[in-house]
Amino acid sequence: MDIQSFFQNVINAFQWGSFYALIALGYTLVYGVLLLINFAHGDIFMVGAYIGFFVATFLLGTYAIHLPFHMPHLVIFVATLVITMILTAGVGVTLERVAYRPLRRKGAGRLYIVITALMAGLILENGNLALLGASRKAFPELIHDTVYKVAGVTFTNNWILVVLATLAVFLFLETIVRKTKIGMAMRAISFDRMAVPLMGIPIDTVIVFTFILGSSMAALAGVLFASAYPVLEPYMGAMIGWKAFIAAVVGGIGEIRGAFVGGFLLGFIEIFVAAVFPSTFRDLISFGILLVFLSFKPTGIFGVARAQKI
Amino acid sequence: MLKIENLHVSYGGIEALHGISLQVNEGEMVALLGANGAGKSTTLMSIMRLPPPEAPRVTAGSITYRGVDLLPVAPHIVVAKHGIGLVPEGRRVFGNLTVFENLKLATYARKDMVQVSKDYERVFSLFPRLADRRNQRVETLSGGEQQMLATGRAFMCGARFILLDEPSMGLAPLLMQELFKVLKEINRSGTTIFVVEQNANIALKYAHRAYLMEAGYIVKEGTAKDMANKEEMKKAYLG
Repeated sequence: MDIQSFFQNVINAFQWGSFYALIALGYTLVYGVLLLINFAHGDIFMVGAYIGFFVATFLLGTYAIHLPFHMPHLVIFVATLVITMILTAGVGVTLERVAYRPLRRKGAGRLYIVITALMAGLILENGNLALLGASRKAFPELIHDTVYKVAGVTFTNNWILVVLATLAVFLFLETIVRKTKIGMAMRAISFDRMAVPLMGIPIDTVIVFTFILGSSMAALAGVLFASAYPVLEPYMGAMIGWKAFIAAVVGGIGEIRGAFVGGFLLGFIEIFVAAVFPSTFRDLISFGILLVFLSFKPTGIFGVARAQKI
Repeated sequence: MLKIENLHVSYGGIEALHGISLQVNEGEMVALLGANGAGKSTTLMSIMRLPPPEAPRVTAGSITYRGVDLLPVAPHIVVAKHGIGLVPEGRRVFGNLTVFENLKLATYARKDMVQVSKDYERVFSLFPRLADRRNQRVETLSGGEQQMLATGRAFMCGARFILLDEPSMGLAPLLMQELFKVLKEINRSGTTIFVVEQNANIALKYAHRAYLMEAGYIVKEGTAKDMANKEEMKKAYLG
């Protein structure tokens, strides 16, 4: 691999890793608060991409209704992002409300909640299939690709957008979790759930807030992903969701920076493995590497073994 | 102020309290004594309305606070609206947060920011060691310091009524005395205190009144002085 294609792969890995990082966040936030692996989260990403599709085509006036006015594409893009994040957050909160909260109220064991999460994911996938059919949807091009070439390495404006958005999300979430009271409450719940209401804090509010954060970041990833790879299908969230979950575990589940580092790490491994080996070997070798890594450090990069409480 | 009448509670079908009645009046410091497993912590958990499985289910009786029925109230409302704070058994401070973050978290539901900043000052003057360690992660604190933090935290909730569960547990005798002196001081300045203790000696030294529990029943009650002089108390609970 010459130096030029090396840097090209680094560039590609940052974008690919950004998607994993944004999705891994949702797993890690919910796990940190509820010790629940929300296996439906990959499908929330899919729902986000679809909601983005409907919002964008509606605003473009190409879907069913023609709007009486025209907006510049950039405005449509930003509006699509914001509206999609809000609506997808609503889907995440609804999921928590109808699927997880009743079980929590009844004191169900974690196994049952995880199974429920798997089923919820399947319901989202197959609900989509039933409602919209098997045909794929093409996400409209809202931002025209501009290709930049620096020293033989190419990247697009979409690349800049994805990487910057991911960095901004990282800083935003770190600030929330470190500096605000609700962020402190999120950290406190992961340490000792029973003691949190004793501080006058409604646990359900913190849980809902966590689902809002995780789902809206998945929606952000969904719209950005669909802008870069504009083919939508009901199962698009399944594999990327599993991989992002693995990234979250490798980074240290429950840790925000773990989700980012794990996401980027997985992006780098996949891109570089594919650059050297035939592409059919990519996942086999990537996950082989991560398997070996986890056998040395099962808590992930930033994870710490949970302290035993007396 | 707090009135418990004929309270029956159970954990998954096994009754832990068999109809206890007690009362704590405004401004008092009352102790609840008894051996391990007598139902003292269960009583406090019931007052806080914590949900099962950790806390018990109330099957009969009533808990009222300033005339309000507490039974249908959610635990965070007991703290935020009714101003009852619990210092739980084993402290249960958030080890992954700093001392200051623990205190700040306790002000989550409070809107009276002027009083909040006064309360910070008060906590740091009652427990100067917490001020020295304010930016330290709580996991690194000693047991005594964690107990101070747990107490300060209940105070920062804006509680006018503080319940403590075995505050002396695991503390050296000197620290124990120090802690009860601070509790007495908090009590003198208007906070009502209800303290659960296995260590009857120290509790009776500082409390106004006391109840004695055995196997889910209240078997004795009286002023601290009377209780300390009772023969059975001396034999069973006082060294």
